[in-house]
Amino acid sequence: MSQHTESVVAHKHPSDFVGAKIGMWLFLFTEVLLFGGLFLLYAVYRAKYPVDFHLAATELDTFIGTVNTLLLLTSSLTVVLSIEALQRGNRKLSIGMLATTILFGLGFMVNKYFEWGHKIEHGLYPGSEKLLSHSQGEITFFQLYYAMTGLHGLHVLVGMAVLGGVLYFIARKPVNKEHMNPTILRRFQGAARLAVISDNGNELGTVARIDEDVRNIDIRISYEHGEKRFDPRNLIKLENSALYWHLVDVIWIFLFPLFYLIT
Amino acid sequence: MASHAIVETTHEENYLQYKGRHGGLWSWIFSTDHKRIGILYMIGMFAFFVVAITLGLLMRLEQLTMGPTIMQPSTYNKVFTLHGVIMIFLFIVPGITATFGNFFLPIQIGAKDVAFPRLNLFSWWLYVIGAVTALVAVFTGMADTGWTFYVPYSVRTGTNVTLAVLAAFILGFSSILTGLNFVTTVHRMRAPGMGWFRMPLFVWGLYATAWIQVLATPVVGITLLLIILERTLGIGIFDPALGGDPILYQHLFWIYSHPAVYLMVLPGMGVVSEIIPTFARRNIFGYKAIAYSSVGIALVGTLVWGHHMYTSGQSYTAAVVFSFLTFLVAIPTAIKVFNWVATLYKGSIRVELPLLYAMAFIFHFSIGGFTGLMNAAISVDVHIHDTYFVVGHFHYTMFGGTVFAMFGALYYWLPKMFGRMYGQKIGITAFVLQVIGFNMLYFTMMVMGYMGMPRRYYDHLPQFHDGHIIATVGSWFLVAGLFLMIGNLVWSVFKGAKAEDNPWGGTTLEWQIPSPPPLENFDKIPQVERGPYEHTPVEVSK
Repeated sequence: MSQHTESVVAHKHPSDFVGAKIGMWLFLFTEVLLFGGLFLLYAVYRAKYPVDFHLAATELDTFIGTVNTLLLLTSSLTVVLSIEALQRGNRKLSIGMLATTILFGLGFMVNKYFEWGHKIEHGLYPGSEKLLSHSQGEITFFQLYYAMTGLHGLHVLVGMAVLGGVLYFIARKPVNKEHMNPTILRRFQGAARLAVISDNGNELGTVARIDEDVRNIDIRISYEHGEKRFDPRNLIKLENSALYWHLVDVIWIFLFPLFYLIT
Repeated sequence: MASHAIVETTHEENYLQYKGRHGGLWSWIFSTDHKRIGILYMIGMFAFFVVAITLGLLMRLEQLTMGPTIMQPSTYNKVFTLHGVIMIFLFIVPGITATFGNFFLPIQIGAKDVAFPRLNLFSWWLYVIGAVTALVAVFTGMADTGWTFYVPYSVRTGTNVTLAVLAAFILGFSSILTGLNFVTTVHRMRAPGMGWFRMPLFVWGLYATAWIQVLATPVVGITLLLIILERTLGIGIFDPALGGDPILYQHLFWIYSHPAVYLMVLPGMGVVSEIIPTFARRNIFGYKAIAYSSVGIALVGTLVWGHHMYTSGQSYTAAVVFSFLTFLVAIPTAIKVFNWVATLYKGSIRVELPLLYAMAFIFHFSIGGFTGLMNAAISVDVHIHDTYFVVGHFHYTMFGGTVFAMFGALYYWLPKMFGRMYGQKIGITAFVLQVIGFNMLYFTMMVMGYMGMPRRYYDHLPQFHDGHIIATVGSWFLVAGLFLMIGNLVWSVFKGAKAEDNPWGGTTLEWQIPSPPPLENFDKIPQVERGPYEHTPVEVSK
């Protein structure tokens, strides 16, 4: 029997970086439309109750709002630095910058917690007696405030979770896992063995015999742990998550003046 | 070289036989194969379709006599709400896109799968989660608001609106992910040589649909979310008592839900554009016009939502503008109809069930389209708003149009999907029953509506009694036809005669591969060198 070798690794999901980017931009587009509905409502009610909105906005703490704006803007910078570091193969710096980004996000949420807590303590929350004693425009302002900053806060949390996931991927020892093409596998069942062969044809080691019971083969390639080595697929994960983070940032940049600065 | 010989003689597994790493059910519900996902959607959707047909049948039965017949008025409200919610969110919005789109979009553009296979599986799981949420809502006090969930009633009613709305939200998310997957797929996965104007028209329909899914669904997402917030946290953004405006809800709702009707019908038009050239054995007439008109419908369709609100209190100017824009939709639609008819002209027509369904589509959709223009005219609409006329109209477009196109697609692609042929005679009997029953039911409804029969009413006045009897008897014919067809198709999938690879002489890529398709669709990614519907080889004159 002549021995023949074939490349058995099938890229079932080939990495298409441009495709992944298109997908992410489309998703961001849907997020913009999701918030767009709320901004539309804001615009209508603002036009309907200009004076009430002006009055209600004085109740918000511009200082906390400004600090939060600075936090988010700086976090956008650090996430970009994280991408840049990974592109240059500096995994440690990339991880550090990513962690800083998440910390900024956390700072934002902590501020938000105190800000909301303060309002709720003073009885300014949807359905509260104190709020209901205000004019209709002020009630609407606070309802929009809670709905919009609440949904935005949820997005900050999701963004932090996503960035945390990417951080895990980058920090992990890079491993490539590949599926063996099942149609090729079919031919081998019961009559073959799997071997690793180097460029010059030397057999580096026999892995296993493939008998009839084997239905599926995954090939894991673990890289030596090195400072500069990273799985290129992590870069697209990081870039896409950073895009999402920027979107969260941009939405806040609109929310901040609309709620805090219209006094 | 020996290895090549082995490769070629090996019988390749098709996607139905492939076992994968898990066996049995798991190899289906965790499969990222676009073909399996398409079939999973089909099973779920048809299960819900049968439920919603039954609900519709019960509603018609209730109207058979005056006064209470088989249910109480509050039950009737829940039944029509559930009928609408299931038919819209669980059946026709995923519809042709999620089933045949998933199955055939990658094959028709010469790809092995969609751009994001895992996301595709996730979409299906969201569909399942949404469906389960809807079922839980049914058994915990189903909403009685109608499928539109209009405020303030949806916020005040004691029935479980929150869960029903949450289900619609989750299903919308599933739809968005399918849409962005398909847009990316069409942009990135086309085989070499498959230029934009060599794509089959079904792909064009799906592409336009996918954009609507991406652009319109988030708006209804946030709107439904606000209803949930209003019911759970008291954030009454639409509540007049708290300074809100309920009409804004209607605007936001229809900003999605009107484009959604084009999202339902565009893939159906794509199917008809596939069937007609195949059975007329001719290149399609006006390929580019049909392709552009799909995009045109998608574009204009996003700007016409106000025609649902002529009687809701929007400004007169707005109503006139919306009316005008609505009339504009008729142009790309008519372009399609004329092109289909022109394709049949002087074709070598072979009459088979898929073509019959395509013809029924054109017939019903033309009626649905013309009555749509009547609805679009403000002065007429003020009289027929919220009557059976509107119900008849949208059933002509959605059911007589989209769903008949979907049945055509079932017959057209069944041999490809399962490698089996359907039972012809039973199929034709079912078709005749469906067409007779459908027209008896919905044409009568339109006539009654024009005479003043309001929709969603539990009871009717004596002058509408004869009409209701005709419509109810029609519903029996229709349902008999539907069950006969479904039974026939299920039987065919398992017991039908073996089908050839290309039983219809189709020219698009799915007919160039075996039936059922192999796991990875193509051994080698094809090189595309001609348009999708070139039936005769180009003659070279000397």
